[in-house]
Amino acid sequence: MEATHALASGTSSLLVWLIALPALGATILLLAGRRSDKWGHLLATALSGASFVVGLVELFKMLSRDGETRGVSQHLFTWINAGSFNVEAGLLLDQLSICFVLLITGVGTLIHVYSIAYMEHDHDRRRFFSYLNLFIAAMLLLVLGDSFLNLYVGWEGVGLASYLLIGFWNQKPAYATAAKKAFVVNRIGDMGLSFAIMIAFTAFGTVSFQGVANHAGPEHKQIMTWMGLALLLAAAGKSAQFPLQSWLGDAMAGPTPVSALIHAATMVTAGVYLITRSNFVFDSAPTAQLMVVIVGVVTLLFGALIGTAKDDIKKALAASTMSQIGYMVLAAGLGPAGYAFAIMHLLTHGFFKASMFLGAGSVMHGMNDEVDMRKFGRLRLAMPITYITFGLGYLAIIGVPPFSGFFSKDKIIEAAFNAGGPRGWIIGFAALLGAAITAFYMTRVMVLTFFGQKRWADEAHPHESPKLMTAPIIILSIGSIAAGALFAFGSSLQHWLEPVVARGFVEGEPALQPIVVSIMALVAVALGVALAYIKYVRVPVEAVAPTNVSIWTRFARRDLLQDAFNEAVFMRPGQYLTRALSFFDRKVVDGAVNGTGALFGGLSVRVRRVQTGYVRTYALLILVGAALILAAMLAARI
Amino acid sequence: MYLSSLLLLPLIGSAVIAGLPAGRTLLAKQIALGTSVLTAILGIAMALQFDRALGTFQFVESHEWITSFGVKYGLGIDGTGLVLILMALILAPIVILASWNEGEGGRFSQKAFFALLLVLETFMVGVFAATDVFLFYVFFEAMLIPVYFLIGSFGGPNRSYAAVKFLLYSLLGGLLMLAAVIGLYVLTKNQFGAPTFDVTELSALNIDQNLQRWLFLGFFIAFAIKAPMWPLHTWLPDAASAATPGTAILLIGVLDKVGTYGMIRYCLPLFPDAAHYFAPTIVVLAVISIIYGAILAIGQKDLKRLIAFTSISHFGFIVLGIFAMTSTAGAGATLYMFNHGFSTAALFMVAGWMISRRNSSTIADFGGLQRVTPVMAWMFFLAGMSSLALPGLSSFVSEVLVLVGSYQTFPVAAIISTVAIVLAALYILIVVQRSLHGPIAPGNESLPDLTTRERVAIAPVIAIIIFLGFVPSVLLNVINPTVTHTLTQVHATEPTPTAGE
Repeated sequence: MEATHALASGTSSLLVWLIALPALGATILLLAGRRSDKWGHLLATALSGASFVVGLVELFKMLSRDGETRGVSQHLFTWINAGSFNVEAGLLLDQLSICFVLLITGVGTLIHVYSIAYMEHDHDRRRFFSYLNLFIAAMLLLVLGDSFLNLYVGWEGVGLASYLLIGFWNQKPAYATAAKKAFVVNRIGDMGLSFAIMIAFTAFGTVSFQGVANHAGPEHKQIMTWMGLALLLAAAGKSAQFPLQSWLGDAMAGPTPVSALIHAATMVTAGVYLITRSNFVFDSAPTAQLMVVIVGVVTLLFGALIGTAKDDIKKALAASTMSQIGYMVLAAGLGPAGYAFAIMHLLTHGFFKASMFLGAGSVMHGMNDEVDMRKFGRLRLAMPITYITFGLGYLAIIGVPPFSGFFSKDKIIEAAFNAGGPRGWIIGFAALLGAAITAFYMTRVMVLTFFGQKRWADEAHPHESPKLMTAPIIILSIGSIAAGALFAFGSSLQHWLEPVVARGFVEGEPALQPIVVSIMALVAVALGVALAYIKYVRVPVEAVAPTNVSIWTRFARRDLLQDAFNEAVFMRPGQYLTRALSFFDRKVVDGAVNGTGALFGGLSVRVRRVQTGYVRTYALLILVGAALILAAMLAARI
Repeated sequence: MYLSSLLLLPLIGSAVIAGLPAGRTLLAKQIALGTSVLTAILGIAMALQFDRALGTFQFVESHEWITSFGVKYGLGIDGTGLVLILMALILAPIVILASWNEGEGGRFSQKAFFALLLVLETFMVGVFAATDVFLFYVFFEAMLIPVYFLIGSFGGPNRSYAAVKFLLYSLLGGLLMLAAVIGLYVLTKNQFGAPTFDVTELSALNIDQNLQRWLFLGFFIAFAIKAPMWPLHTWLPDAASAATPGTAILLIGVLDKVGTYGMIRYCLPLFPDAAHYFAPTIVVLAVISIIYGAILAIGQKDLKRLIAFTSISHFGFIVLGIFAMTSTAGAGATLYMFNHGFSTAALFMVAGWMISRRNSSTIADFGGLQRVTPVMAWMFFLAGMSSLALPGLSSFVSEVLVLVGSYQTFPVAAIISTVAIVLAALYILIVVQRSLHGPIAPGNESLPDLTTRERVAIAPVIAIIIFLGFVPSVLLNVINPTVTHTLTQVHATEPTPTAGE
């Protein structure tokens, strides 16, 4: 057994407030109902902001301690004590979770502010804010819970918030269906979390992170492998990774601030958090790690390909999110060499993708909720702030130095090559290919929306959004510009996270020099941009999507047939099974019951017929009976 | 004398109602509500004096009854009994309040409806408090009478068929149990010299392996019909959809628990070897119930039948937890019984209100309720979330405990059963979408939202569901010693961590 250290060495009584403040907001707003319509959004925003302040206080407290003693915990109460199964309600804040706390509450509060203006004319704005607060609380619980079961509560809590927000306008049947789909697909992933909990408890008698970490090591490779695969299933569901990615595109039915916060910056990255948090599991399970890498690589290419064909600006961004999380999952699968970069990309992505989604929301706001990029064009003149901030996000995501995506993605590609052997070359080049495709589809989004000829409908009057909306975007853009450099400078984030995810890890000799990787990545990006330039700048864009396109484009437009596949393989057979079983239950199981009933019923009818009421019939029957008995007695004697 | 008082109080209330002159309907309702509230308070007072450290019977009462047969009027409760009696006592006033107008349009007067409910409450307490097998059997069969009339006289269009089906099914089970009870009588007479039906004394019996299996089956089949387990379940959807919502809550929420309670109280301690022998088979049937019930729930077009099928799935979980024979699964199963009572109550209450407003129980007739009756829609949604075991709600705790605890002894069964968490999401979210979301369906435009009386009725149910999601230890503290005691009686070895130090 390897020596493991205590995840938390001190305590803090403040942790519960991080969660309690937004949870309080959600409760008040939901119980007060319409009475809180006037001030509900302000209260929710204030409480989210207050939670951010508590997070900052914790950060400064953490900075005042050294690396090994930065983790703090808070024991709340005994949650479950059943038989031999004991789970405490406890919170854990360490270098890893503080990153998430600040991302969730920071970006979350900005998006609260943005939504005040974005949802201003919605009759149900107060309800929207209660869901947002509910989400913040659940997401904080997810990253603060100190056991797999505590995490589970937050895990499904964000799923619930996501369901409610995707279906916020559920009077539209398609939106209600999208919400349901997200919940159901997520639950498939949740089975994985259940499995992991069952395995951990049966093997180790505990489900706390510390408890399982104490057992980590090569002697439990098999248990850890199964646990790792189960956790991967959970991560795939929540983070829209192959093969559970199909819900994310439809989830864009939710209001755009939701897409920015939940389906780009925070909730969908929870799978990456789960894998990183469970580093002690994966580090003892190479097979599970390999599967993580494969899922990451497949998804990063899958998402990127879908992104090339989408005309709906939100769906293009959603495909991109899927792809970018693929990068993070890939990095997390590389173990201690990659965890820090996974988190780094997660944080930078949180900034630039949120800012781009909010930008998309700003465009929709000015364009009567139009989402078809073919109906945009030349918007840079009408919406200068949105254009500039979106452009900064664009430069960040495709990885142009010195914007933040450059640092984080570059590190992942580097780590991929360094994985060693043929595996390293395969995933390294896959990551490079992904970078090229990313550059292509993001340039396409940029060009279609802000450049070229205007292709607006006549009734559209594009205009810049109010300050309450642009201010949060501008703040996030600062993150798009500087976050990467900040985290990469002197490997600060890597060192910060090291005590949690990479204790005692020594980097080996790199397969390729960092500068070589950077140059290759930049060439890939340049190629992607150039191709998009040829296709969308040199050739005028049509306002209606062309139909005479290659079969590949058609596949990509249909999300590489993922829905068609799920429908053919799971949904339709499932519906047949349901119908067949209903028939079976009625005709066979209940049929047998009713048949027995009918049998006795029929018998009694016949028996009743014998009772004619005529004395002579009875007399005859008695005679026949007596004769039979007599005959039987005689027969028995002989 | 707590238990006898709990038995007597509703009976007195019922007698008073029966003696009221015709037409005093409101007074009858008030008396019913008052009596049940009083009984619930008495029950809670008893619970507060319960010694949580003990796993054996408390508040024991024992009087000679039929001396020649060794039958006693014997009462007493352990943790499991206490939890179930509490559930029944808390649900009774809620059901009465929720079904204030359900007695209308019945074959008998509304007075009779409430008198029958109170009689039923007495029998419910009796069946969970009896420590004498014969007394248990009497309560077990006596319960059928008020339920038969509640379904057959106050239910919907299909009530006669459903009531007779329920009665015949139950009588068949009862008959098998009676045979086993007589078998026990003969055994005790031979082994102890004098017959006895005391459950504690019976557990000391030394029963030959073959006979033990037969006696086990006699009890088990009776309980499997009651709990309803696949394939003996078909009476439940009919009964639940024909009954008034209030009756359905007591039927599924409380009466069906007699089945799973009986398994814990009689099948395990009296016939330990047979229990081990049959456990794998029963676990398979439980898993079939879990998956089968869930799939059928997905396919239902009728609101009440849907809820009935979800319960068949949930009862599968309870049985799985009982026969996994680990402390975790066992505690989970008992907690599950309590939680399922409230979860189903919430579903049936709201469904009942929806149905009475819309005059239809067909799911397709609803739509867009979230924007017509927001409070009712929220309550239905919350009840649904409880049914699909959302973390933070009580049912999550019990479901996790059953799954985790059964994985220790029956890993494959636990893994297959986990699929139900996806199926549950489907059966709940589909009905939620069809009834609450989408455009407002024709005929739903002017449905009124919940009245104050209805809000008062459902508020405690939702409060309990949320409270126990976070503080299940309140009940687990009571349940744990009893589960340990039962597992000792059945000679189960508690699994230890497979990769422990």
